[in-house]
Amino acid sequence: MSDLVAPNRYMRIVDRRADPPGRGTVNRERFVRRFKDEIKRAADDEFAKRSIKDVGRGGRITIPGRGLKEPYLHHDDETGDRDFVLPGNREFIPGDTIKRPQGGSGKGGDGDEPGTGEGRDEFGFVLSRDEFLSLFFDDLELPNLERTRFGEVTMERSRRAGYSRDGSPGNLSPAMTVRMSIARRIALRGAINRRLAELEEERAGANPARCIEIDEEFERLVRRRDSLPFLEDVDRRYRSRAPMPAPATRAVMLCLMDVSGSMDEHKKDLAKRFFALLYLFLERKYGQVEVVFVRHTEKAEEVDEQTFFYDPQSGGTLVLPALQLAHQIIEERYTGEQWNVYIAQASDGDCGLDDGRQSANYADEELMPVVRYFAYVDIPSVTGWFVRPSDLWQSYEAIASPAFARRQVRARSDIWPVFRELFARKEATA
Amino acid sequence: MNPWDKSVRSTPSKRSAERPWPKLLTRPTVPMPVVGQERAAAPIATGSEWTMPILEKFDAALIRHAQRNGLVTFPVQYEVITADQMLDLCSTVGMPVHYAHWSFGKHLVSQERGYRKGLSGLAYEIVINTNPSLVYLMETNTLALQVLVMAHAAYGHNAFFRNNYLFQQFTQPDAILDYLKFANGYVLDCEQRYGWREVEKTLDCCHSLSSYGVDRYRKPKSLSARRESERLAERLRFAERHFNPDYAYLFEKPKQAEGSEEAVPFEPQENLLYFIEKRAPKLAPWQRELVRIVRKVAQYFYPQRLTKVANEGAATFWHYTLLHDLYDAGQVDDGFMLEWLSNHSDVVAQPSFDAKHYHGINPYALGFAIYRDIRRICQQPTGEDREWFPQLAGRDWRESIHFAMANFKDESMIEQYLSPKVMREMRLFLLHDDEEDRSVYAVKAIHNDQGYMRVRQSLAAQYRPEFFQPTIVVARDGADHDRALLLQHRVESGRLLDADSASDVLKHAQTLWKFDVVLEEIDAEGNRLKIHRT
Repeated sequence: MSDLVAPNRYMRIVDRRADPPGRGTVNRERFVRRFKDEIKRAADDEFAKRSIKDVGRGGRITIPGRGLKEPYLHHDDETGDRDFVLPGNREFIPGDTIKRPQGGSGKGGDGDEPGTGEGRDEFGFVLSRDEFLSLFFDDLELPNLERTRFGEVTMERSRRAGYSRDGSPGNLSPAMTVRMSIARRIALRGAINRRLAELEEERAGANPARCIEIDEEFERLVRRRDSLPFLEDVDRRYRSRAPMPAPATRAVMLCLMDVSGSMDEHKKDLAKRFFALLYLFLERKYGQVEVVFVRHTEKAEEVDEQTFFYDPQSGGTLVLPALQLAHQIIEERYTGEQWNVYIAQASDGDCGLDDGRQSANYADEELMPVVRYFAYVDIPSVTGWFVRPSDLWQSYEAIASPAFARRQVRARSDIWPVFRELFARKEATA
Repeated sequence: MNPWDKSVRSTPSKRSAERPWPKLLTRPTVPMPVVGQERAAAPIATGSEWTMPILEKFDAALIRHAQRNGLVTFPVQYEVITADQMLDLCSTVGMPVHYAHWSFGKHLVSQERGYRKGLSGLAYEIVINTNPSLVYLMETNTLALQVLVMAHAAYGHNAFFRNNYLFQQFTQPDAILDYLKFANGYVLDCEQRYGWREVEKTLDCCHSLSSYGVDRYRKPKSLSARRESERLAERLRFAERHFNPDYAYLFEKPKQAEGSEEAVPFEPQENLLYFIEKRAPKLAPWQRELVRIVRKVAQYFYPQRLTKVANEGAATFWHYTLLHDLYDAGQVDDGFMLEWLSNHSDVVAQPSFDAKHYHGINPYALGFAIYRDIRRICQQPTGEDREWFPQLAGRDWRESIHFAMANFKDESMIEQYLSPKVMREMRLFLLHDDEEDRSVYAVKAIHNDQGYMRVRQSLAAQYRPEFFQPTIVVARDGADHDRALLLQHRVESGRLLDADSASDVLKHAQTLWKFDVVLEEIDAEGNRLKIHRT
């Protein structure tokens, strides 16, 4: 069969499957770069819909199709006369008429015109996680996420570190001990045997007095050789554990939010962004982060995320019960060294001075010792150009712990700088 | 049973009783390929798994059958790729190298979404008109599909690319990949020097005019990436060496004497991008290069736009023939045949005009039917065939097919070869959409004796580029005082331009021309019907 192949003809099958991804990525980047504004807007809408735990995932977004148009010249089907041929005639003969289908000129018989993107109102596609994150944080001008370290927490954890000669009886390693014992006995027996051989040699050419001495030593050595102890103190080996620094691996984030009537949608959105950002940081650091939502008016309750952000509630504001509830939750569920507890509180800071003072006290004395970090974002009501520091803001001034930080946020673009500031300070003092 | 027949029976009416066509033929009348003398003892491979050696064996078998059928092709290089790579390829019109542009990314993300959601499948195959011809095989295809793709692309399309006069005239398969590599590098370079926004803006403008960046009659100069780079470097060298503002006037072209322009009247030009590249008053040199790149690429793809039916029909016909040859030689088993036939019949399915999934006439279906009928006419002509196709009846079918592949584009092929039988089977009919009455379409002709010629001519006309793409020419040199560029749309049967897209495209044209651009719509008598301005 091969002789039929023309000599100048060659055939090759190249396996390209392992090639690195190339142009597709380049063009995709260009697409995202070009429609950044639209995509960002869509990503923002998507953000509002998502749980803060899902913000970091990729997903489908839809952007308006207007800017995507690649215009080209084509006929207006509403003008002029046109003949066209269609397939599948079942019943028509010349002279018949067919009702024009509704929905314009869809049946024009010109199915394959270029630029099919045109005219569609919406254009949907899927963004990857990285694209999504970079868009989401673009407003926030996120610098290098990886390099930011904050609240670096380590705990000591003992690790296996070989064997040691001493330790508590509970750590005795029988296998290792017996092995050492065997080694010891082999070594000693060898040494004795060598000595015996020497003595025997010496005895061959020795005088009688020396012979008796040699015999005695010989006998002593044989006795000793045969009664080598099975275990001696030097054989004992203990499993050794050395303390090593290890990062605490579990984290919980308590979101505290004031949901009284004065917290409007805008403020809640800012709070949600802040929580989501904190969640992303913690997730990168710890892998898995538990989130607890505590909302409060004049009384505090633990709720799910949907209720937390979107259930309207009205009432006065008391901060203290929320802090107490947070403390209670920590005590019940998140005590112990392995838990890194973070509290993020968002409020418009509208509370009574008395409550503020008590809250500050409580936070300083009860909460701060058990949490890694307590971040308070104050979202003040903007009334005119004069912004008065809120009551809670003023009260929290009393908290002295370096693990506490408070910042004011007014607009979305404030969130990232605030975030950086919050944790930069921590880094400086840590 | 055919559903059409059922519906006819269930609603007997006077009109359907006098229907002028015979009952549908239920049995295919194309003879199976002649059974070869030699038969392989066992199939080359069975089952749906494939390996490289198996594909090589199949290719060797296909070569033999292709040569026996007289197919002349470029050498082939198969590339096995993943679905993701196929998506990448599709986004850049199938080319493995291309300059980067957001619109490719747009196609990528929309296709990706459809594919991931299962809304749309991927192309089974992509073949590129290069020498050697690149044929992409997707790894997820089964054995039968891979062999189908090999026969379809590596022999069908490849032979068409190699032999069709349009491809011979307008494309340089030896040079295109190098040229695109050059283009890719040049665009990247420009992005670095002049900023991506500017580059994208220029490319966007060129893209919107790319259908008018084509020489439709003149044979273009051959492509060569090396020559392009040399030309650019030479120009730069010259400019650097010679530029001196004091003496610049020495290098200016001598002014033509007054009145000489009158002597040589401006001839309308159809290649807009060429005109812009050469004559736009204020375009930067690098922008002219971008215009040039876009029009060169458009020129390369121009024959493919004119030969959808002919090209796909030929490829489909040849995979059908070659795979049957494999079967006759005992090289594949029944399961293999059933599998690819199922795919094949999906590909050549032609929904009727009122079906939900009707998207125009399927070029695969029409082309395949025409080529298959050429073969039938050659081998088993009827009286009707002898009347209409005396040049085919009784001739060698291979010769006739090769002739049809080599010398026609869609328009002329339909005009020449669409037989009454194919028209009956596809039940083509001609509708007229009149400006007077937009509520209805009038049926003008159907697939009977009286209507045959008319339907055939109209269908052929439907594949003229002028039908789906308005004819635009540069009507006046922009050298007068206002430097406006005057474009003319040669209106046919009152079909005007879509105003919105026209104004968008004019804006783009203005970005390149940098002065006013005016677009007149002129009918055959020279009356100005409408005028668009930027």
